[in-house]
Amino acid sequence: MRMYGEEHPNQQILSRIATNDGHGENSSYFDGWKAYENDPFHLTGNPKGVIQMGLAENQLSLDLIQDWMKKNPQASICTEEGVSEFKAIANFQDYHGLRAFRKAIAQFMEKVRGGRARFDPDRIVMSGGATGAQETIAFCLADPGEAFLIPTPYYPGFDRDFRWRTGVQLLPIHCHSSNKFKITHAALETAYRKAQNSHIRVKGVLVTNPSNPLGTTMDRETLRTLLSFVNEKRIHLVCDEIFSGTVFDKPCYVSVSEVIEDDPYCDRDLIHIAYSLSKDLGVPGFRVGVIYSYNDAVVCCARKMSSFGLVSSQTQHLLASMLGDEEFTTSFLATSRRRLCRRRRVFTEGLKRVGIHCLDGNAGLFCWMDLRPLLKEATVEAELRLWRVIINDVKLNISPGSSFHCSEPGWFRVCFANMDDKAMEIALMRIKIFVYRENDAAVPAKNKRRWDETLRLSLPRRFEDLTIMTPHLMSPHSPLVQAAT
Amino acid sequence: MNQKLLLSRKAACNVHGQDSSYFLGWQEFEKNPYDPITNPGGMIQMGLAENQLSFDLIESWLHSHPDAAGFKKDGALIFRELALFQDYHGLPAFKSALAKFMGEVRGNRVTFEPSKLVLTAGATSANETLMFCLAEPGEAFLLPTPYYPGFDRDLKWRTGAEIVPIHCSSSNGFRVTKVALEAAHRHAQKRGLRVKGVLVTNPSNPLGTTMTRQELDTLIDFVLAKDVHLISDEIYSGTSFDSPEFVSIAEAIKDRDDVAHRVHIVCSLSKDLGLPGFRVGAIYSGNDAVVSAATKMSSFGLISSQTQYLLAALLSDDEFTRKYILENRRRIKERHDLLVEGLRRIGIRCLDSNAGLFCWVDMRHLLNSNTFKGEMELWRKIVYQVGLNISPGSSCHCDEPGWFRVCFANMSEHTLNLSMQRLKNFVDSGEHRSTHDSGHRSPRRQFLAKWVLRLSALPAAVTA
Repeated sequence: MRMYGEEHPNQQILSRIATNDGHGENSSYFDGWKAYENDPFHLTGNPKGVIQMGLAENQLSLDLIQDWMKKNPQASICTEEGVSEFKAIANFQDYHGLRAFRKAIAQFMEKVRGGRARFDPDRIVMSGGATGAQETIAFCLADPGEAFLIPTPYYPGFDRDFRWRTGVQLLPIHCHSSNKFKITHAALETAYRKAQNSHIRVKGVLVTNPSNPLGTTMDRETLRTLLSFVNEKRIHLVCDEIFSGTVFDKPCYVSVSEVIEDDPYCDRDLIHIAYSLSKDLGVPGFRVGVIYSYNDAVVCCARKMSSFGLVSSQTQHLLASMLGDEEFTTSFLATSRRRLCRRRRVFTEGLKRVGIHCLDGNAGLFCWMDLRPLLKEATVEAELRLWRVIINDVKLNISPGSSFHCSEPGWFRVCFANMDDKAMEIALMRIKIFVYRENDAAVPAKNKRRWDETLRLSLPRRFEDLTIMTPHLMSPHSPLVQAAT
Repeated sequence: MNQKLLLSRKAACNVHGQDSSYFLGWQEFEKNPYDPITNPGGMIQMGLAENQLSFDLIESWLHSHPDAAGFKKDGALIFRELALFQDYHGLPAFKSALAKFMGEVRGNRVTFEPSKLVLTAGATSANETLMFCLAEPGEAFLLPTPYYPGFDRDLKWRTGAEIVPIHCSSSNGFRVTKVALEAAHRHAQKRGLRVKGVLVTNPSNPLGTTMTRQELDTLIDFVLAKDVHLISDEIYSGTSFDSPEFVSIAEAIKDRDDVAHRVHIVCSLSKDLGLPGFRVGAIYSGNDAVVSAATKMSSFGLISSQTQYLLAALLSDDEFTRKYILENRRRIKERHDLLVEGLRRIGIRCLDSNAGLFCWVDMRHLLNSNTFKGEMELWRKIVYQVGLNISPGSSCHCDEPGWFRVCFANMSEHTLNLSMQRLKNFVDSGEHRSTHDSGHRSPRRQFLAKWVLRLSALPAAVTA
């Protein structure tokens, strides 16, 4: 493909991977992010700016971590108290990772699951965040052209993480609001058969539990359905449990690690977990990803591949200490969950007061908001029109369901844990005003014109072709809503 | 169920290269590591190209800069900002400091623009990322032999790219010639491989030499003529300790607009600063499309924000970097000279070198036969009888048997002297001529020669 040679005579020919859209950032959905960057909300500096509600970050409990660090200077290799470890740590590049770090991670994962599952530190493999974990798992389990099935709606970043450089495909398992988007055996079989009819070899199923974007946890029955499906087909099950520590309400979280302990017939060689500290602890900057596989060959291979994205030994050392502090982790998890629960309640109740409903959720850093009643028609085009109005007029950057491959138009993911109470209040106020305005506009027909005037830019004709989303859903450029704390 | 069928081809193959002798030696070391007090008869690790000579300089900087430790900027806590910072463009202060440091290491004869830098999780990730950007599966890069064994994994494993060797020989100090380049290119074509570029390591691992200006010009002419890329892995740039002065590809292409977009430099702080644990690598490219694609790919291996922050502070300190670069070089030279002299006394020569953390040692005269089998026999004796983990040239894809890479910067002076003593006794005793293959016995039950144990029982000097 000599495309570059013709357009840019001085450009060297790059690979297809380097020049295709597999990274997912070239999309009209960029507008949401751009709108925010051009006009970011700030309580005092820019109170009318765009509020960032498209970033699934947990900013509610960083104070707890900061306090711990102040009280534990020895955990840093740069302080007086900790510098004696500097040489050994700075020199440590063993891809097995620091033993103390792996032990602490295993311990933390057990605690997050209430002690209902055990994790072996020797199966903990590092990766460059969950991003790196997913890519590595795909490299280990599938060849180019092979596929994994994935329930919709799903995190847009998977299109890049699982597919871009690996050449592996992601095929949807369609889920619907009629049963709260639960995965059914029928949907699994349909997706599998469709792949077979297209002569695509399916190597596994990729699920996120708790779900992004739904904010729900999987029930035991669904997990069992999945396990029996993958065992029957002899394919893998990859569970992304990155939000496992953000379960703040009933029903109680059930991890795949628990279910397999009760299931002697499950072939453990098929089961793999991806994890990270980015959401539970709120430290995405530290790039701590984990692959936990029950398959020895995968552990071995993933560990070798981890050379491409090891966790900084400075960070391993810090976290070994922090997560090894049981008193701290117990209290952190409890407080963090409480704050998330409260924040979600404030948000959903505020929405309910103006007649907007969210899918019942008990986890995650976001709500799955139902704006179908506001759509003129149940189409993706209508959803995107509404979306642009919300960004440009209401000044909230939220994420349209189509970017998550949702098969029903009208759903939006709205993040609530990346701002302070004041910003949340303002966001709710804006939504209230918008809804009242829409209700007023719905009555006199002549006001319908106002909608169309706010239309901007060309809309994608076939959204299925687009590999997605505002870049910050995948790899944020600048992180923060500059709200005053 | 067949395990291999369950996984990908990549998982089942051995392109990761970890079955090679380079890594096997490490494994043996791990089973029986030398310690001056607890295990004086153990194996001495001379296969690890680490720089452990100058940590004290960094430690003392840390003592006088508590802010970098406490995540404080002008007194205000910035922990929160750092914890949340995952922008793949990198911390601006860190990129500026790194670009400045790169210039300083090259004597400020060139400057680097932060906007052309892409941060990666170590040079391992940088090299792989460049392959993903520049080559399709099945396409090839030419590499001069001998080369770093890790390239087999980093460049080929997950990318599907191929390496075709540019054969270099001791007859001219292993220099890269136009003839050798052309031969490699022809050979690739005969194999039906499309060549996308050349990758060189300068200063060289394992040779410890820097490329001459003529070599660099030869390379530039070649990549222009063939319309391909040039990757220069310069991770050892800060370890050049002697004349001739290190000339970076950046200098050689200065003011050459016709070539800048095909040249990509790989850097790291693992060797120069001795911080391999921090996973700090970078790609520097004159090609905007490469910078753009590589930046997106860096999502798979970003540098921890707390590490970026610490190093931004460290490297921004001009006084520190100036002193560090000089003192670090001085110590490397001193240690290098110790090894070279120690070997000379045993009648063993090294390739003349002016950089790196190792010597390229000529043991051809100790081989029983001038073959790779002979080399492996000698290697096994040195590993299992003498207790030194050194790297055989074949693991570096050297064409001539009998060369070994021996590292000198990852141990104390005392340990280095001890290793020379052991080797001397081995050579003097004529053991290398024995045809008894000692490699089959389990090293744990292996008794090292009595003289090794006797030597090791000598009172240990204070380790550096």
